Amino acid sequence: MVVQGKVHKYGDNVDTDVIIPARYLNTSNHQELAAHCMEDIDKDFVKRVQPGDIIVANKNFGCGSSREHAPIAIKASGISCVIASTFARIFYRNAINIGLAILECDEAAKDIQAGDEVKVDFDTGVIENLTTGKKYQAEPFPPFIQNIIEKGGLLNAINNRL
Amino acid sequence: MGMTMTQKILAAHAGLPEVKAGQLIVAKLDLCLGNDITAPVAVNEFERCGACKVFDKSRIALVMDHFTPNKDIKAAEQVKRVREFANKFDIDNYFDVGRMGVEHAVLPEQGLVGPGDCVIGADSHTCTYGALGAFSTGVGSTDLAAAMATGTAWFKVPSAIKVELTGKLSKYVTGKDVVLHLIGMIGVDGALYKSLEFTGDGVAALSMDDRLCIANMAIEAGAKNGIFPVDDVTLAYVNGRFKREVRIFEADPDAEYESVVKIDLSELRPTVAFPHLPENTKTIDECNGQVKIDQVVIGSCTNGRMEDMRAAAEILKGRKVAKGVRCIIIPATQQIWLDSMREGLFDIFIEAGAAVSTPTCGPCLGGHMGILAAGERAVSTTNRNFVGRMGHVESEVYLASPYVAAASAVTGYITDPATL
Ligand code: SF4
Repeated sequence: MVVQGKVHKYGDNVDTDVIIPARYLNTSNHQELAAHCMEDIDKDFVKRVQPGDIIVANKNFGCGSSREHAPIAIKASGISCVIASTFARIFYRNAINIGLAILECDEAAKDIQAGDEVKVDFDTGVIENLTTGKKYQAEPFPPFIQNIIEKGGLLNAINNRL
Repeated sequence: MGMTMTQKILAAHAGLPEVKAGQLIVAKLDLCLGNDITAPVAVNEFERCGACKVFDKSRIALVMDHFTPNKDIKAAEQVKRVREFANKFDIDNYFDVGRMGVEHAVLPEQGLVGPGDCVIGADSHTCTYGALGAFSTGVGSTDLAAAMATGTAWFKVPSAIKVELTGKLSKYVTGKDVVLHLIGMIGVDGALYKSLEFTGDGVAALSMDDRLCIANMAIEAGAKNGIFPVDDVTLAYVNGRFKREVRIFEADPDAEYESVVKIDLSELRPTVAFPHLPENTKTIDECNGQVKIDQVVIGSCTNGRMEDMRAAAEILKGRKVAKGVRCIIIPATQQIWLDSMREGLFDIFIEAGAAVSTPTCGPCLGGHMGILAAGERAVSTTNRNFVGRMGHVESEVYLASPYVAAASAVTGYITDPATL
Protein backbone atom coordinates (compact mmCIF):
# COMPACT_ATOMS: atom_id res chain seq x y z
CA MET A 1 0.00 0.00 0.00
CA VAL A 2 1.22 3.49 -0.86
CA VAL A 3 -0.03 6.75 0.64
CA GLN A 4 0.84 10.34 -0.16
CA GLY A 5 0.02 13.62 1.52
CA LYS A 6 1.06 16.90 3.05
CA VAL A 7 2.90 16.89 6.37
CA HIS A 8 1.74 18.26 9.72
CA LYS A 9 4.82 18.43 11.93
CA TYR A 10 5.11 18.19 15.74
CA GLY A 11 7.89 17.90 18.32
CA ASP A 12 8.75 15.51 21.17
CA ASN A 13 6.34 13.85 23.61
CA VAL A 14 3.03 14.67 21.91
CA ASP A 15 0.68 13.16 24.50
CA THR A 16 -2.79 11.71 24.10
CA ASP A 17 -4.23 14.55 26.22
CA VAL A 18 -3.42 17.03 23.46
CA ILE A 19 -4.32 14.61 20.64
CA ILE A 20 -7.82 14.27 22.08
CA PRO A 21 -8.51 16.15 25.32
CA ALA A 22 -10.34 14.21 28.05
CA ARG A 23 -13.21 16.71 28.00
CA TYR A 24 -14.30 15.12 24.71
CA LEU A 25 -14.00 11.52 25.88
CA ASN A 26 -17.63 11.29 26.88
CA THR A 27 -18.23 9.96 23.37
CA SER A 28 -16.70 7.19 21.29
CA ASN A 29 -18.16 8.45 18.01
CA HIS A 30 -15.28 8.60 15.53
CA GLN A 31 -16.37 11.77 13.71
CA GLU A 32 -17.06 13.65 16.97
CA LEU A 33 -13.57 12.70 18.18
CA ALA A 34 -12.01 13.74 14.85
CA ALA A 35 -13.64 17.17 15.19
CA HIS A 36 -11.36 17.86 18.21
CA CYS A 37 -8.22 16.08 17.01
CA MET A 38 -4.98 17.86 18.07
CA GLU A 39 -7.07 20.73 19.44
CA ASP A 40 -4.86 21.53 22.43
CA ILE A 41 -1.58 21.57 20.50
CA ASP A 42 -2.70 22.86 17.09
CA LYS A 43 -6.16 24.35 17.13
CA ASP A 44 -6.31 24.85 13.34
CA PHE A 45 -5.34 21.25 12.56
CA VAL A 46 -8.95 20.24 11.99
CA LYS A 47 -9.44 23.11 9.50
CA ARG A 48 -6.20 22.41 7.59
CA VAL A 49 -6.14 18.63 7.43
CA GLN A 50 -6.91 17.00 4.07
CA PRO A 51 -7.63 13.31 3.50
CA GLY A 52 -4.35 11.47 3.02
CA ASP A 53 -2.23 13.95 4.99
CA ILE A 54 0.63 12.66 7.12
CA ILE A 55 1.69 13.50 10.68
CA VAL A 56 5.42 13.62 11.37
CA ALA A 57 6.69 13.99 14.94
CA ASN A 58 9.81 13.46 17.01
CA LYS A 59 10.23 11.07 19.94
CA ASN A 60 7.64 9.41 22.20
CA PHE A 61 4.57 10.28 20.10
CA GLY A 62 1.30 9.33 21.80
CA CYS A 63 2.59 9.14 25.37
CA GLY A 64 0.23 9.28 28.32
CA SER A 65 -3.22 7.81 28.63
CA SER A 66 -4.19 4.53 26.97
CA ARG A 67 -7.15 6.10 25.22
CA GLU A 68 -7.68 4.42 21.86
CA HIS A 69 -9.67 7.54 21.05
CA ALA A 70 -6.32 9.15 20.15
CA PRO A 71 -5.39 6.97 17.14
CA ILE A 72 -9.11 6.77 16.27
CA ALA A 73 -9.36 10.59 16.17
CA ILE A 74 -6.23 10.81 14.02
CA LYS A 75 -7.43 8.13 11.62
CA ALA A 76 -10.96 9.57 11.40
CA SER A 77 -9.55 13.03 10.67
CA GLY A 78 -8.18 11.60 7.42
CA ILE A 79 -4.52 11.14 8.36
CA SER A 80 -3.07 8.28 6.31
CA CYS A 81 0.09 7.66 8.31
CA VAL A 82 2.07 8.85 11.34
CA ILE A 83 5.86 8.89 11.14
CA ALA A 84 7.83 9.47 14.36
CA SER A 85 11.29 8.92 15.84
CA THR A 86 9.64 6.68 18.45
CA PHE A 87 6.11 5.99 19.63
CA ALA A 88 4.89 5.52 23.19
CA ARG A 89 4.14 1.84 23.54
CA ILE A 90 0.39 1.86 24.18
CA PHE A 91 -0.18 4.24 21.26
CA TYR A 92 1.93 1.97 19.04
CA ARG A 93 -0.14 -1.01 20.06
CA ASN A 94 -3.47 0.78 19.67
CA ALA A 95 -2.57 2.11 16.23
CA ILE A 96 -1.78 -1.40 15.03
CA ASN A 97 -4.90 -2.83 16.66
CA ILE A 98 -7.21 -0.30 14.96
CA GLY A 99 -5.34 -0.19 11.65
CA LEU A 100 -3.74 3.28 11.71
CA ALA A 101 -0.49 3.07 9.74
CA ILE A 102 2.57 4.14 11.73
CA LEU A 103 6.29 4.04 10.99
CA GLU A 104 9.30 4.65 13.20
CA CYS A 105 12.12 6.45 11.39
CA ASP A 106 14.28 8.87 13.33
CA GLU A 107 16.04 10.38 10.30
CA ALA A 108 12.83 11.05 8.39
CA ALA A 109 11.15 12.40 11.52
CA LYS A 110 13.93 14.92 12.04
CA ASP A 111 14.37 15.97 8.38
CA ILE A 112 10.84 16.28 7.11
CA GLN A 113 9.27 19.70 7.53
CA ALA A 114 5.70 20.96 7.86
CA GLY A 115 4.07 21.32 4.46
CA ASP A 116 6.38 18.84 2.66
CA GLU A 117 4.69 16.39 0.31
CA VAL A 118 5.59 12.86 1.43
CA LYS A 119 4.98 9.42 -0.08
CA VAL A 120 5.11 6.24 2.03
CA ASP A 121 5.30 2.66 0.76
CA PHE A 122 4.35 0.29 3.59
CA ASP A 123 5.42 -2.85 1.76
CA THR A 124 9.01 -1.68 1.45
CA GLY A 125 9.14 0.78 4.38
CA VAL A 126 10.45 3.48 2.03
CA ILE A 127 9.52 7.07 2.89
CA GLU A 128 10.05 9.60 0.11
CA ASN A 129 10.01 13.36 0.61
CA LEU A 130 8.73 14.56 -2.78
CA THR A 131 9.47 18.19 -1.84
CA THR A 132 13.19 17.60 -1.27
CA GLY A 133 13.64 14.37 -3.22
CA LYS A 134 15.19 12.63 -0.21
CA LYS A 135 14.40 8.98 0.61
CA TYR A 136 14.45 7.17 3.96
CA GLN A 137 14.24 3.51 4.91
CA ALA A 138 11.99 2.63 7.86
CA GLU A 139 11.97 -0.70 9.69
CA PRO A 140 9.20 -2.94 8.25
CA PHE A 141 6.76 -4.58 10.69
CA PRO A 142 7.57 -8.08 12.01
CA PRO A 143 5.38 -10.84 10.44
CA PHE A 144 3.28 -11.28 13.60
CA ILE A 145 2.15 -7.66 13.41
CA GLN A 146 1.91 -7.70 9.62
CA ASN A 147 -0.64 -10.47 10.10
CA ILE A 148 -2.78 -8.31 12.41
CA ILE A 149 -2.65 -5.42 9.95
CA GLU A 150 -3.36 -7.65 6.93
CA LYS A 151 -6.42 -9.11 8.63
CA GLY A 152 -7.64 -5.53 9.23
CA GLY A 153 -6.91 -5.26 12.94
CA LEU A 154 -6.65 -7.43 16.03
CA LEU A 155 -10.28 -8.46 16.27
CA ASN A 156 -10.43 -9.71 12.71
CA ALA A 157 -7.17 -11.55 13.35
CA ILE A 158 -8.61 -13.38 16.36
CA ASN A 159 -12.03 -13.87 14.76
CA ASN A 160 -11.02 -17.26 13.38
CA ARG A 161 -10.25 -18.41 16.91
CA LEU A 162 -13.63 -17.44 18.43
CA MET B 1 21.03 -16.19 29.68
CA GLY B 2 18.74 -15.79 32.68
CA MET B 3 15.37 -14.07 32.68
CA THR B 4 14.15 -10.95 34.46
CA MET B 5 11.21 -11.20 36.87
CA THR B 6 8.89 -9.85 34.19
CA GLN B 7 10.18 -12.32 31.60
CA LYS B 8 9.61 -15.21 34.00
CA ILE B 9 5.99 -14.25 34.59
CA LEU B 10 5.43 -13.84 30.86
CA ALA B 11 7.06 -17.20 30.07
CA ALA B 12 4.87 -18.95 32.64
CA HIS B 13 1.71 -17.39 31.19
CA ALA B 14 2.74 -18.18 27.61
CA GLY B 15 3.42 -21.81 28.56
CA LEU B 16 7.04 -21.50 27.46
CA PRO B 17 10.16 -22.65 29.35
CA GLU B 18 11.92 -19.45 28.40
CA VAL B 19 11.37 -16.12 26.61
CA LYS B 20 13.79 -13.49 25.33
CA ALA B 21 13.55 -9.73 24.97
CA GLY B 22 11.95 -8.86 21.63
CA GLN B 23 10.09 -12.16 21.28
CA LEU B 24 6.39 -11.94 20.38
CA ILE B 25 4.21 -14.17 22.55
CA VAL B 26 0.56 -14.80 23.34
CA ALA B 27 -0.01 -15.04 27.11
CA LYS B 28 -2.93 -16.16 29.26
CA LEU B 29 -4.40 -13.42 31.42
CA ASP B 30 -5.42 -13.63 35.06
CA LEU B 31 -7.50 -10.48 34.83
CA CYS B 32 -8.44 -7.80 32.32
CA LEU B 33 -9.72 -4.33 33.18
CA GLY B 34 -11.66 -1.51 31.57
CA ASN B 35 -13.09 1.81 32.75
CA ASP B 36 -15.95 4.09 31.73
CA ILE B 37 -13.85 5.71 28.97
CA THR B 38 -12.17 2.66 27.47
CA ALA B 39 -14.75 -0.07 28.10
CA PRO B 40 -17.50 1.46 25.91
CA VAL B 41 -15.11 1.32 22.94
CA ALA B 42 -14.17 -2.25 23.89
CA VAL B 43 -17.82 -3.28 24.18
CA ASN B 44 -18.48 -1.90 20.67
CA GLU B 45 -15.53 -3.86 19.30
CA PHE B 46 -16.48 -7.00 21.23
CA GLU B 47 -19.93 -6.95 19.68
CA ARG B 48 -18.72 -6.00 16.24
CA CYS B 49 -16.42 -9.00 16.00
CA GLY B 50 -19.30 -11.32 16.79
CA ALA B 51 -18.04 -12.68 20.12
CA CYS B 52 -21.01 -14.24 21.90
CA LYS B 53 -19.45 -14.95 25.29
CA VAL B 54 -16.76 -13.70 27.63
CA PHE B 55 -13.85 -16.01 28.47
CA ASP B 56 -14.45 -15.90 32.23
CA LYS B 57 -16.91 -13.59 33.98
CA SER B 58 -14.84 -13.63 37.18
CA ARG B 59 -11.68 -12.39 35.45
CA ILE B 60 -13.01 -9.18 33.97
CA ALA B 61 -13.13 -5.98 36.01
CA LEU B 62 -15.10 -2.96 34.81
CA VAL B 63 -14.68 0.17 36.93
CA MET B 64 -16.78 3.28 36.28
CA ASP B 65 -14.44 5.86 37.76
CA HIS B 66 -13.45 8.61 35.33
CA PHE B 67 -16.61 10.65 34.77
CA THR B 68 -18.67 9.24 37.64
CA PRO B 69 -20.95 10.11 39.36
CA ASN B 70 -21.87 10.87 35.75
CA LYS B 71 -20.83 14.39 34.87
CA ASP B 72 -23.18 14.81 31.92
CA ILE B 73 -25.64 13.03 29.66
CA LYS B 74 -23.01 11.64 27.29
CA ALA B 75 -20.98 10.21 30.19
CA ALA B 76 -24.17 8.67 31.58
CA GLU B 77 -24.86 7.01 28.22
CA GLN B 78 -21.32 5.61 28.12
CA VAL B 79 -21.64 4.08 31.59
CA LYS B 80 -25.08 2.73 30.75
CA ARG B 81 -23.61 0.89 27.81
CA VAL B 82 -21.02 -0.79 30.03
CA ARG B 83 -23.56 -1.51 32.79
CA GLU B 84 -25.79 -3.31 30.28
CA PHE B 85 -22.85 -5.33 29.02
CA ALA B 86 -21.88 -6.26 32.60
CA ASN B 87 -25.45 -7.33 33.33
CA LYS B 88 -25.75 -9.33 30.13
CA PHE B 89 -22.62 -11.36 30.85
CA ASP B 90 -23.09 -11.33 34.63
CA ILE B 91 -19.63 -9.82 35.18
CA ASP B 92 -18.67 -10.36 38.84
CA ASN B 93 -16.45 -7.33 39.23
CA TYR B 94 -18.48 -4.43 37.93
CA PHE B 95 -17.89 -1.34 40.08
CA ASP B 96 -20.34 1.54 39.85
CA VAL B 97 -21.20 4.50 42.09
CA GLY B 98 -21.49 3.34 45.70
CA ARG B 99 -19.08 0.41 45.27
CA MET B 100 -16.72 2.21 43.02
CA GLY B 101 -13.18 3.35 43.63
CA VAL B 102 -10.46 4.60 41.32
CA GLU B 103 -9.61 1.41 39.45
CA HIS B 104 -5.95 1.01 40.43
CA ALA B 105 -6.77 1.57 44.08
CA VAL B 106 -9.83 -0.67 44.14
CA LEU B 107 -8.41 -3.75 42.39
CA PRO B 108 -5.49 -4.39 44.77
CA GLU B 109 -7.67 -3.48 47.77
CA GLN B 110 -10.34 -5.97 46.77
CA GLY B 111 -7.76 -8.71 46.20
CA LEU B 112 -8.47 -9.00 42.47
CA VAL B 113 -4.79 -8.82 41.54
CA GLY B 114 -1.79 -10.37 43.25
CA PRO B 115 1.72 -11.80 43.02
CA GLY B 116 2.60 -13.69 39.86
CA ASP B 117 -0.44 -12.48 37.91
CA CYS B 118 -0.45 -11.45 34.28
CA VAL B 119 -2.89 -8.56 33.91
CA ILE B 120 -3.86 -6.09 31.21
CA GLY B 121 -6.07 -3.06 31.55
CA ALA B 122 -7.38 -0.56 29.05
CA ASP B 123 -5.86 2.17 31.17
CA SER B 124 -2.24 3.24 31.09
CA HIS B 125 -1.79 3.10 34.87
CA THR B 126 -2.57 -0.62 34.98
CA CYS B 127 1.17 -0.92 35.64
CA THR B 128 0.29 -0.12 39.30
CA TYR B 129 -0.11 -3.82 40.22
CA GLY B 130 3.59 -4.43 39.63
CA ALA B 131 3.84 -3.30 43.26
CA LEU B 132 2.39 -6.69 44.19
CA GLY B 133 4.85 -8.66 42.07
CA ALA B 134 2.51 -9.04 39.10
CA PHE B 135 3.18 -8.37 35.43
CA SER B 136 0.62 -5.78 34.59
CA THR B 137 0.44 -3.31 31.76
CA GLY B 138 -1.82 -0.80 30.08
CA VAL B 139 -3.28 -1.50 26.65
CA GLY B 140 -6.08 -0.08 24.51
CA SER B 141 -9.74 -0.87 24.10
CA THR B 142 -9.29 -3.28 21.19
CA ASP B 143 -6.86 -5.30 23.29
CA LEU B 144 -9.45 -5.35 26.07
CA ALA B 145 -12.17 -6.53 23.66
CA ALA B 146 -9.93 -9.34 22.44
CA ALA B 147 -8.97 -10.22 26.03
CA MET B 148 -12.59 -10.38 27.20
CA ALA B 149 -13.30 -12.80 24.36
CA THR B 150 -10.18 -14.98 24.48
CA GLY B 151 -8.53 -14.47 27.89
CA THR B 152 -5.23 -13.84 26.09
CA ALA B 153 -3.16 -10.94 24.80
CA TRP B 154 -0.12 -10.56 22.56
CA PHE B 155 3.06 -9.08 23.98
CA LYS B 156 6.51 -8.23 22.83
CA VAL B 157 8.76 -9.46 25.65
CA PRO B 158 10.42 -6.36 27.15
CA SER B 159 14.02 -5.83 28.11
CA ALA B 160 14.56 -4.24 31.50
CA ILE B 161 16.18 -1.50 33.51
CA LYS B 162 17.14 -2.45 37.05
CA VAL B 163 16.43 0.17 39.70
CA GLU B 164 18.47 -0.52 42.81
CA LEU B 165 17.10 1.11 45.93
CA THR B 166 19.19 1.48 49.08
CA GLY B 167 18.69 3.32 52.35
CA LYS B 168 15.51 4.63 53.91
CA LEU B 169 13.25 7.59 53.18
CA SER B 170 13.44 10.52 55.58
CA LYS B 171 10.52 12.38 57.14
CA TYR B 172 8.09 13.88 54.59
CA VAL B 173 9.71 11.95 51.71
CA THR B 174 7.46 9.32 50.10
CA GLY B 175 7.11 6.86 47.24
CA LYS B 176 5.89 9.78 45.11
CA ASP B 177 9.21 11.55 45.57
CA VAL B 178 11.08 8.34 44.65
CA VAL B 179 9.23 7.95 41.37
CA LEU B 180 9.34 11.65 40.46
CA HIS B 181 13.08 11.62 41.14
CA LEU B 182 13.48 8.53 38.93
CA ILE B 183 11.49 10.07 36.06
CA GLY B 184 13.52 13.25 36.42
CA MET B 185 16.68 11.16 36.04
CA ILE B 186 15.71 8.99 33.07
CA GLY B 187 13.05 11.13 31.34
CA VAL B 188 9.53 10.48 30.12
CA ASP B 189 10.79 8.03 27.51
CA GLY B 190 13.72 6.74 29.58
CA ALA B 191 12.20 3.28 29.91
CA LEU B 192 10.28 3.19 26.61
CA TYR B 193 9.04 -0.37 25.82
CA LYS B 194 11.01 -1.68 28.85
CA SER B 195 10.36 -3.03 32.34
CA LEU B 196 11.49 -1.14 35.41
CA GLU B 197 12.49 -3.81 37.93
CA PHE B 198 12.92 -2.46 41.46
CA THR B 199 15.38 -4.29 43.71
CA GLY B 200 17.77 -3.70 46.58
CA ASP B 201 17.77 -3.38 50.37
CA GLY B 202 15.75 -0.21 50.16
CA VAL B 203 12.62 -2.05 48.98
CA ALA B 204 11.93 -3.68 52.36
CA ALA B 205 11.31 -0.34 54.09
CA LEU B 206 8.83 0.86 51.46
CA SER B 207 5.19 0.43 52.44
CA MET B 208 2.71 -1.12 50.02
CA ASP B 209 1.13 2.30 49.44
CA ASP B 210 4.57 3.67 48.50
CA ARG B 211 5.18 0.77 46.12
CA LEU B 212 1.76 1.13 44.49
CA CYS B 213 2.50 4.82 43.92
CA ILE B 214 5.94 4.08 42.42
CA ALA B 215 4.73 1.29 40.11
CA ASN B 216 1.76 3.49 39.12
CA MET B 217 4.05 6.07 37.51
CA ALA B 218 6.30 3.59 35.63
CA ILE B 219 4.30 4.54 32.52
CA GLU B 220 5.36 8.15 33.03
CA ALA B 221 8.88 7.00 32.15
CA GLY B 222 7.45 5.21 29.09
CA ALA B 223 7.82 1.78 30.73
CA LYS B 224 5.75 -1.23 29.79
CA ASN B 225 5.62 -2.22 33.44
CA GLY B 226 7.22 -1.57 36.80
CA ILE B 227 7.65 -4.47 39.18
CA PHE B 228 8.66 -5.10 42.80
CA PRO B 229 9.90 -8.34 44.35
CA VAL B 230 7.47 -10.23 46.57
CA ASP B 231 8.47 -9.93 50.24
CA ASP B 232 6.90 -9.88 53.71
CA VAL B 233 5.25 -6.52 53.04
CA THR B 234 3.59 -7.98 49.92
CA LEU B 235 2.47 -11.14 51.64
CA ALA B 236 1.08 -9.23 54.61
CA TYR B 237 -0.89 -7.07 52.17
CA VAL B 238 -2.34 -9.86 50.01
CA ASN B 239 -3.00 -12.24 52.90
CA GLY B 240 -6.75 -12.56 53.39
CA ARG B 241 -7.50 -10.39 50.34
CA PHE B 242 -6.13 -12.09 47.25
CA LYS B 243 -8.37 -14.92 46.20
CA ARG B 244 -6.06 -16.83 43.88
CA GLU B 245 -2.84 -18.69 44.59
CA VAL B 246 0.21 -16.52 45.30
CA ARG B 247 2.95 -17.27 42.77
CA ILE B 248 6.36 -15.86 43.52
CA PHE B 249 8.73 -15.23 40.63
CA GLU B 250 12.27 -13.95 41.04
CA ALA B 251 14.73 -12.64 38.48
CA ASP B 252 17.56 -15.06 37.68
CA PRO B 253 20.93 -14.03 39.11
CA ASP B 254 22.27 -13.76 35.54
CA ALA B 255 19.26 -11.89 34.15
CA GLU B 256 20.20 -9.30 31.57
CA TYR B 257 19.47 -5.61 32.21
CA GLU B 258 19.99 -2.84 29.67
CA SER B 259 21.10 -0.52 32.43
CA VAL B 260 21.15 -0.11 36.19
CA VAL B 261 19.89 2.98 38.00
CA LYS B 262 20.88 3.44 41.65
CA ILE B 263 18.88 5.50 44.09
CA ASP B 264 19.84 6.08 47.72
CA LEU B 265 16.47 6.70 49.35
CA SER B 266 18.03 8.50 52.30
CA GLU B 267 19.32 11.24 49.97
CA LEU B 268 15.97 12.06 48.40
CA ARG B 269 14.13 15.31 49.06
CA PRO B 270 10.45 16.08 48.49
CA THR B 271 10.23 16.48 44.72
CA VAL B 272 7.89 18.45 42.45
CA ALA B 273 7.33 17.98 38.71
CA PHE B 274 6.80 21.33 36.99
CA PRO B 275 4.58 21.81 33.92
CA HIS B 276 4.20 20.27 31.39
CA LEU B 277 6.05 16.96 31.75
CA PRO B 278 6.57 14.63 34.74
CA GLU B 279 10.33 14.73 34.00
CA ASN B 280 10.58 18.47 34.79
CA THR B 281 11.45 17.80 38.40
CA LYS B 282 12.88 20.09 41.07
CA THR B 283 13.53 19.35 44.70
CA ILE B 284 11.43 21.32 47.16
CA ASP B 285 14.57 23.26 48.10
CA GLU B 286 14.74 24.64 44.57
CA CYS B 287 11.17 25.94 44.56
CA ASN B 288 10.04 26.40 48.17
CA GLY B 289 7.67 29.34 48.51
CA GLN B 290 8.19 30.51 44.93
CA VAL B 291 5.15 29.28 43.04
CA LYS B 292 1.75 30.74 43.86
CA ILE B 293 -1.13 28.30 43.47
CA ASP B 294 -4.92 28.36 43.13
CA GLN B 295 -5.90 24.76 43.76
CA VAL B 296 -4.70 21.61 45.49
CA VAL B 297 -5.92 18.13 44.58
CA ILE B 298 -5.12 15.19 46.86
CA GLY B 299 -6.30 11.87 45.48
CA SER B 300 -6.11 9.64 42.35
CA CYS B 301 -4.72 6.17 41.65
CA THR B 302 -1.28 7.57 42.50
CA ASN B 303 -1.95 9.11 45.92
CA GLY B 304 -5.51 8.54 47.06
CA ARG B 305 -4.77 5.71 49.50
CA MET B 306 -4.93 5.57 53.27
CA GLU B 307 -1.35 6.69 53.91
CA ASP B 308 -1.95 9.64 51.60
CA MET B 309 -5.08 10.65 53.52
CA ARG B 310 -3.14 10.39 56.78
CA ALA B 311 -0.26 12.45 55.37
CA ALA B 312 -2.68 15.19 54.29
CA ALA B 313 -4.35 15.12 57.71
CA GLU B 314 -1.02 15.29 59.52
CA ILE B 315 -0.28 18.57 57.75
CA LEU B 316 -3.78 20.05 57.78
CA LYS B 317 -4.51 19.27 61.42
CA GLY B 318 -5.15 22.52 63.28
CA ARG B 319 -4.27 24.58 60.20
CA LYS B 320 -6.34 26.34 57.54
CA VAL B 321 -6.28 26.23 53.77
CA ALA B 322 -4.95 29.60 52.58
CA LYS B 323 -7.42 32.23 51.45
CA GLY B 324 -8.01 31.98 47.71
CA VAL B 325 -6.94 28.33 47.48
CA ARG B 326 -9.38 25.48 46.78
CA CYS B 327 -8.27 22.22 48.37
CA ILE B 328 -10.05 19.11 47.07
CA ILE B 329 -9.44 15.76 48.77
CA ILE B 330 -10.65 12.57 47.12
CA PRO B 331 -10.19 9.25 48.93
CA ALA B 332 -9.70 6.72 46.13
CA THR B 333 -12.16 4.02 47.24
CA GLN B 334 -15.26 3.56 49.37
CA GLN B 335 -13.16 1.61 51.90
CA ILE B 336 -10.58 4.40 52.16
CA TRP B 337 -13.47 6.84 52.55
CA LEU B 338 -14.92 4.81 55.41
CA ASP B 339 -11.55 4.36 57.11
CA SER B 340 -10.73 8.08 56.77
CA MET B 341 -14.11 8.97 58.20
CA ARG B 342 -13.72 6.59 61.14
CA GLU B 343 -10.22 7.84 61.89
CA GLY B 344 -11.60 11.36 62.11
CA LEU B 345 -9.60 12.63 59.13
CA PHE B 346 -12.65 14.29 57.58
CA ASP B 347 -13.09 16.48 60.66
CA ILE B 348 -9.54 17.70 60.11
CA PHE B 349 -10.09 18.29 56.38
CA ILE B 350 -13.40 20.09 56.74
CA GLU B 351 -12.22 22.21 59.66
CA ALA B 352 -9.20 23.21 57.59
CA GLY B 353 -11.50 24.39 54.81
CA ALA B 354 -10.92 21.57 52.33
CA ALA B 355 -13.63 19.83 50.29
CA VAL B 356 -13.97 16.04 50.39
CA SER B 357 -15.39 14.22 47.37
CA THR B 358 -16.77 10.74 46.77
CA PRO B 359 -14.22 8.52 44.95
CA THR B 360 -13.68 9.59 41.32
CA CYS B 361 -10.85 10.29 38.89
CA GLY B 362 -12.55 13.65 38.34
CA PRO B 363 -9.98 16.45 38.20
CA CYS B 364 -7.00 14.15 37.53
CA LEU B 365 -7.82 14.06 33.83
CA GLY B 366 -9.70 17.33 33.66
CA GLY B 367 -12.99 15.49 33.70
CA HIS B 368 -14.97 17.24 36.43
CA MET B 369 -14.84 18.12 40.16
CA GLY B 370 -12.07 20.71 39.98
CA ILE B 371 -11.30 21.98 36.47
CA LEU B 372 -8.77 24.80 36.15
CA ALA B 373 -9.39 28.14 34.40
CA ALA B 374 -6.86 29.86 32.13
CA GLY B 375 -3.77 30.92 34.04
CA GLU B 376 -4.56 28.89 37.15
CA ARG B 377 -2.05 26.65 38.87
CA ALA B 378 -2.67 23.47 40.83
CA VAL B 379 -0.47 21.32 43.02
CA SER B 380 -1.77 17.81 42.52
CA THR B 381 -0.88 14.38 43.85
CA THR B 382 -1.88 12.87 40.49
CA ASN B 383 0.52 11.59 37.86
CA ARG B 384 0.33 13.79 34.76
CA ASN B 385 0.90 17.49 34.19
CA PHE B 386 0.52 17.64 30.42
CA VAL B 387 -0.87 20.72 28.67
CA GLY B 388 -4.58 20.99 29.48
CA ARG B 389 -4.56 17.88 31.67
CA MET B 390 -6.65 19.45 34.44
CA GLY B 391 -8.56 21.98 32.40
CA HIS B 392 -7.72 25.04 30.30
CA VAL B 393 -4.69 24.74 27.99
CA GLU B 394 -3.20 27.74 29.76
CA SER B 395 -3.51 26.19 33.23
CA GLU B 396 -0.62 24.48 35.00
CA VAL B 397 -0.28 21.32 37.08
CA TYR B 398 2.58 20.70 39.54
CA LEU B 399 2.90 17.08 40.67
CA ALA B 400 3.87 16.38 44.27
CA SER B 401 3.29 14.15 47.28
CA PRO B 402 0.33 14.57 49.65
CA TYR B 403 2.66 16.18 52.23
CA VAL B 404 3.82 18.86 49.82
CA ALA B 405 0.32 19.31 48.37
CA ALA B 406 -1.23 19.80 51.81
CA ALA B 407 1.55 22.15 52.93
CA SER B 408 1.05 24.17 49.74
CA ALA B 409 -2.68 24.37 50.44
CA VAL B 410 -1.87 25.95 53.80
CA THR B 411 0.46 28.66 52.49
CA GLY B 412 -0.87 29.17 48.95
CA TYR B 413 2.62 28.58 47.55
CA ILE B 414 4.46 25.34 46.75
CA THR B 415 5.84 24.60 50.20
CA ASP B 416 8.22 22.29 52.03
CA PRO B 417 6.11 20.65 54.78
CA ALA B 418 9.11 20.83 57.13
CA THR B 419 9.01 24.65 57.06
CA LEU B 420 5.41 25.04 58.24
S1 SF4 C 1 -6.92 8.75 38.82
FE1 SF4 C 1 -6.16 9.76 36.98
S2 SF4 C 1 -4.46 8.53 36.25
FE2 SF4 C 1 -5.61 7.30 37.75
S3 SF4 C 1 -7.02 6.08 36.52
FE3 SF4 C 1 -8.08 7.96 37.12
S4 SF4 C 1 -7.73 9.41 35.43
FE4 SF4 C 1 -6.25 7.75 35.22
